[in-house]
Amino acid sequence: MSDNSLRLVWIYPDLLSTYGDQGNALVVERRARQRGLDVQRVDVRSDQQIPTSGDIYLIGGGEDRPQRLASERLIRDGGLSRAVSNGAIVFSVCAGYQILGHEFINDLGERQQGLGLLDVVSTRGEGERCVGDVLADIDPQLGLPPLTGFENHQGVTHLGATARPFAKVRFGKGNGVGDGYEGAYNDTVFGTYMHGPVMARNPHIADLLIKLALDVNALPPVDDRWYEALRQERIAAATQPA
Amino acid sequence: MAGNTEPLSPRAKLAVTAGKAAAAVSRAAGRGSGSVIGGRVALKLDPDLLARLAGHLDVVLVSATNGKTTTTRLIAEALRASGPVVSNALGANMPAGITSALAGGSDAKYGVIEVDEKYLAGVARDVTPKAIALLNLSRDQLDRAAETRMLAEKWREGLAGSKALIVANADDPLIVWAASSSANVVWVAAGQEWKDDAWSCPSCGGVMQRPGDDWFCAECGFRRPTPSWALSGDHVLDPHGSAWPIKLQLPGRANKANATTSAAVAAAFGVPPQVALERMFSVQAVAGRYDVVTFQQRELRLLLAKNPAGWLETFSLIDPPPTPVIMSVNARGADGTDTSWLWDVDYTRLAGHPIFVLGDRKLDLAVRLEVAGLDFQVCESLDEAVQLAPPGRIEVIANYTAFQDLRRRVGN
Repeated sequence: MSDNSLRLVWIYPDLLSTYGDQGNALVVERRARQRGLDVQRVDVRSDQQIPTSGDIYLIGGGEDRPQRLASERLIRDGGLSRAVSNGAIVFSVCAGYQILGHEFINDLGERQQGLGLLDVVSTRGEGERCVGDVLADIDPQLGLPPLTGFENHQGVTHLGATARPFAKVRFGKGNGVGDGYEGAYNDTVFGTYMHGPVMARNPHIADLLIKLALDVNALPPVDDRWYEALRQERIAAATQPA
Repeated sequence: MAGNTEPLSPRAKLAVTAGKAAAAVSRAAGRGSGSVIGGRVALKLDPDLLARLAGHLDVVLVSATNGKTTTTRLIAEALRASGPVVSNALGANMPAGITSALAGGSDAKYGVIEVDEKYLAGVARDVTPKAIALLNLSRDQLDRAAETRMLAEKWREGLAGSKALIVANADDPLIVWAASSSANVVWVAAGQEWKDDAWSCPSCGGVMQRPGDDWFCAECGFRRPTPSWALSGDHVLDPHGSAWPIKLQLPGRANKANATTSAAVAAAFGVPPQVALERMFSVQAVAGRYDVVTFQQRELRLLLAKNPAGWLETFSLIDPPPTPVIMSVNARGADGTDTSWLWDVDYTRLAGHPIFVLGDRKLDLAVRLEVAGLDFQVCESLDEAVQLAPPGRIEVIANYTAFQDLRRRVGN
């Protein structure tokens, strides 16, 4: 990327923007601009080609049928996989997280191929749908404060050998396998079940993506007063019995 | 379309009486109007009661994500030109509340009934409606409601065999998908500002094309039907091409759309548009919505907005800056407990308004507004927000339970 610009690509808002997913794009955009970056945000509809020159790609949550359509179109397009091999950062949520794995269960109840950018496989949980506030500790390697989010999914995600768990759940379900893990990541590709949207409650994740894209260790501070107030409230809520 | 005059069976009569008694006890105990508990008791004693009560009436059902309470009220007013109407005017829109409302109208000719989206297919089976008005479908309470397209699919299956006249919004692809399984549809160009739940074709999943007011799927050919009624500015266009002025006390484009659909329904029962629209003018506030109240010597207009589509329509009707805006958001059971939807709402449209934020989830809204780059003040109470607000009438926008809290606070 050039010195002062950040190219932010939001994938398929027509299919995968059911849970306020635009929020993640808005938070990354806002926090990058507050650091003086020139942000170009590109929203790519599912009948358009995915640009391969983006720095950060965001992909959101959606219902079962749009998830199937999105996965088919992403594989046919091929742009996201090329961008990742060029070193782009990808952050995915819920249905988008499942699509980045090797396979998931689609709306027809069939196993469907994903992009294989994350070493995970998703199945459909047998138990109750996971709905509610979550509190989790993010992998210490990433140096981030606790993860707060809202989960709403039936899917269960199993991590393969090259995917690291993004967080360890204190309250809530997360990946739903029973090992207490939430989300997954490798060097440049991240996945989580957290809505909220997740960046609104965890602006440090937005900063992490910006740092990875810029290849810097630190960013100038911004006023996090309202984010912090919200975090404290939601963390307290997650630890209260419903 | 005359009502059936066969009297209620002794069992049905007993059920109605028991329901009324339960409602009276509930009211006496200070637990609201008692309509839901009354209906529950009555339905338990006679599960077919809803069908039996409706058998005496020409029934109109109204369902949608937004605007169903108001439209029910507008249709009821219009049809009163032709005979007595019974209606669940207070928005108790599930089977128990509907039963209770119908039980109170033994001498009515028409039953105008708002139905919760999830119950539409079932209620339509039970009450054999003469007409069903379908306004719009969009995302709402995603942590507990059915997925929006699935809901359209359920309507489509449920309405396939119905003999009712379907009066449906041609501008909402999900509504068109739901209605077009029926043989007998009147299409109304009622418009829809919110478009983000209908970018993929409900039929084949193709990407929807939306040039101007038109829409179509290039892949399977599913497209906007030709409407016979339309909202055009401040007028209703009827199927003969005549334009009828809409004069409402209710504000906003969405209510003009509701009036247009209501006029089309009324016409099906022989009430001409002019008569219907004149009668609709009498509707001033619906269950407290749009009401202007005085609180702490200030004028407050109370506006309900429950989901992104509702907020969008509400922003288009508020007075321009520097009118102060108070917003209150909760996330209790009836609101949906996930606040992610706040990020689907374009709050930058409030630029220039002094903004005050309250409610259980004021901090979610604060972060949302911070990211939108707006100035705002977070308040602990309505009283504080009103004291801080600069002069002028205040627009107060709230979601469902936050709206109820506000009404209680202002004594409305």
